[in-house]
Amino acid sequence: MNKLTYDAIQETIYEKKLANGLQVFLLPKHEVAKTYGIFMTNYGSTDRTFTPIQKEERITVPDGVAHFLEHKLFEKEDRDVFADFLKQGASPNAYTSFTRTAYLFSATKMIEKNVETLLNFVQDPYFSDESVEKEKGIIGQEIKMYNDQPDWQSFMGTIKNMFKNHPVNIDIAGTVSSISSITKEDLYTCYNTFYHPANMVLFVTGNFNPDTMMAVIEENQGQKKFPTLDGIDRDIPNEPEHVAVKENVIHLPVSIPKVTIGIKESNHHLTKDEFLKQETIQGMLIDYFFSPSGPFFEKLYEAHLIDDSFEYSTTVEEDFSFSLISSNTEKPEVFANQVKKMLLNTNGLSLDENILSVMKKKRIGQLLRLMNSLESIANQYVNYYFSGIDFFHLTTYIQELSLEEINEFLKEWIDEDRLTICKIQSK
Amino acid sequence: MIELVETKTHKNNIYFHTIVSKKFKTVNVVVKCKAMLNRETITKRALLPFILQQGTENYPSEKALMMKLDDLYGAVLSIDGAKKGNNHIISFRLEFANEKFINNETTVMDEALELLREIIFSPRTEGETFPDKIVDREKLTLKNKIGSIYDDKIAYANMRLIDEMCKDELFELHTNGYVEDLDKIDGAEMYNYYKSLLQEDRMDVYVLGDFDEAKMSDKLFEIFNRKSTIDPQEANEENHKVIKKSNEIIETQPIQQAKLHIGYRTNTKYKDDDYFALQVFNGLFGGFPSSKLFINVREKNSLAYYASSRIESHIGLLLVFSGIEAENYEKARNIIEEQMKEMKQGKYLETEIEEVKELIISELKETLDHPQGIIELLYQQVVGQKELSPNDFIENIKQVSKNEIVQVAEKIELDTIYLLTKEGGVVSE
Repeated sequence: MNKLTYDAIQETIYEKKLANGLQVFLLPKHEVAKTYGIFMTNYGSTDRTFTPIQKEERITVPDGVAHFLEHKLFEKEDRDVFADFLKQGASPNAYTSFTRTAYLFSATKMIEKNVETLLNFVQDPYFSDESVEKEKGIIGQEIKMYNDQPDWQSFMGTIKNMFKNHPVNIDIAGTVSSISSITKEDLYTCYNTFYHPANMVLFVTGNFNPDTMMAVIEENQGQKKFPTLDGIDRDIPNEPEHVAVKENVIHLPVSIPKVTIGIKESNHHLTKDEFLKQETIQGMLIDYFFSPSGPFFEKLYEAHLIDDSFEYSTTVEEDFSFSLISSNTEKPEVFANQVKKMLLNTNGLSLDENILSVMKKKRIGQLLRLMNSLESIANQYVNYYFSGIDFFHLTTYIQELSLEEINEFLKEWIDEDRLTICKIQSK
Repeated sequence: MIELVETKTHKNNIYFHTIVSKKFKTVNVVVKCKAMLNRETITKRALLPFILQQGTENYPSEKALMMKLDDLYGAVLSIDGAKKGNNHIISFRLEFANEKFINNETTVMDEALELLREIIFSPRTEGETFPDKIVDREKLTLKNKIGSIYDDKIAYANMRLIDEMCKDELFELHTNGYVEDLDKIDGAEMYNYYKSLLQEDRMDVYVLGDFDEAKMSDKLFEIFNRKSTIDPQEANEENHKVIKKSNEIIETQPIQQAKLHIGYRTNTKYKDDDYFALQVFNGLFGGFPSSKLFINVREKNSLAYYASSRIESHIGLLLVFSGIEAENYEKARNIIEEQMKEMKQGKYLETEIEEVKELIISELKETLDHPQGIIELLYQQVVGQKELSPNDFIENIKQVSKNEIVQVAEKIELDTIYLLTKEGGVVSE
């Protein structure tokens, strides 16, 4: 077991890569009541075309399988795992994103037992025709709930505009029609390929002893057998640099139109260093320009183009990345054009040391705030782990960013062909 | 035992609460202003948070104010209004990095506290009025916000349920106010109201983080001070509503999923001795994924993705939420009503009761791991007008018996069934 100490933020992590390939991180925190555990696989909705484990040929599975699988892992032949956790005083949950699936719990007692339950239920699938059919009704309602949410429709609508080939353009949960064709065989195929311990990470943080905890985990994993896994072959389609659709309108019953401007940030595979750089700078730039303290927000607000629903975000993954700027607005055309104009003008700007220093302070404050919560520490840490980045090193990385790097990035940041607009309005 | 020491002082016409905790790397300050719900003032109270975020005496624009916050290591400010029972509460929240964790920093705390004082007590004004330009701009923002509840169908259905259920009661008032009241409001009137709010509202200041308590208290007494001539009015109890016949309201919109929301009267409030039994009741009925609603509506019948319930502690309401296929309305409603019947008949095991108690206790403990959670929990006692420490809460939950749950269940009455369904999705009975 290795000990990683982070002096600046006063934290210590214990880590070990187990014989079966599972990466384990433990972060004991004695001042909290609760413990939070997250067991994550490097597998999400975009992993739809791949070569199944111990097979030669690539296959494509129905849209929504990763999310469907997440639902079904909780159900066993004789019981529901939710109930097991609840009996042990824990509340479990799970989520599926474009690139990851995670299972998690928080508990204030029986911590080691709950960690074992987490490992055991994820590593012991039971899928039957009957239970797969039953789940289609529940997930169907989940999909319809999202279909009625303007915020989600605007998010997915913008992504669909940006990406022509990459499966990030498909809803994470699939559609009512695509999930209807999912079978238990699909679930087993995906499970066996992507839920191998070598494709997974376990992070536990909270009130426990790291030595005892690691021993419990190692013994649990030692009892299970897995085939060997030499990497997973996943299809990454060729994605053009420019957006697929420049503009579209989605009709929903809303009180006021909602407009999202999407920036397609990258279309190629990022190395670890590129990832880190792109994520940090992209996030800091969009925050600098569009936060209420920045140069653009006030203009948009004074011109009555935005209200307090205005928001922006940036997402960087190894094979796709994008930024979104959105608001409810009475003047969809003017707002969209104005934001586009602002973005296009950034190529000619350059930032100075004062601005950079405030940007850094702000980002470091945000990171410290994230570190207040066990959930966000664990979630961030494991998510970055799969991209080869140590979350606790981010503050140092940010402090070291130079003005040249940022200004160089800014010059190339925006290109009209990589911008798209998605409008949500009533018929 | 939970170690949570809240030091309370009443000074300068303000209630101060300091909580020292080593759990967090930031300091959280929350200032709460509480007044009784009133149709005459609700829209002004909803508008005020937006105006106060537009600048102070020394930082006279939103941009200047935000730049100052950025400079304080990205301190986060939020000002919002909320309804708690028959009260309207404006919360000023400021969270900033604890200078302990940043090399060579010693002034963040002082500057942040001073900034918060300025935001509350020294806003940007033009003489005895808020600038009309700002007020007009913020009226528009509030108007959009009032309208946008229509876009979130779950929130919309919830609002409509309360509209119907609490007609002619104070609790019916909308937290964000009313568009028709906005026309009459200008900078001078807003400023007058703001002045009276500063004098008349009950004001509580909470500070939570890793600091020296005595030093912090001294600093707070120095910074936060106000003249108050009027004793804050406590929201008084309204007469118990007598339900003659339950209501069924069906409305339509072009949506894919129907929202079935059901409102009950619990006739049990935070102050009451059987409040703890009601908590356990809700845990068994619809508060958790092991509850009757989730198991029967979702797991056994595949009718919904979500089906849950929660209690409103100060008025005494129990609200059920689920999203269903329009044609399954009657089926889902019958299943929910059947679960309520079983609750009244005591159809649950002792082991289930014990599990739910553990979940409630563990939920409370988890709340105490979040800074805002701790402050909200402590403030609940101010709103509920009853001292109840987390440890007392836990002890009381542990002692709830099956008999008490049945008794509290028997007091629950169906008030209103609200269905928001798709056009053409109304099934006639």
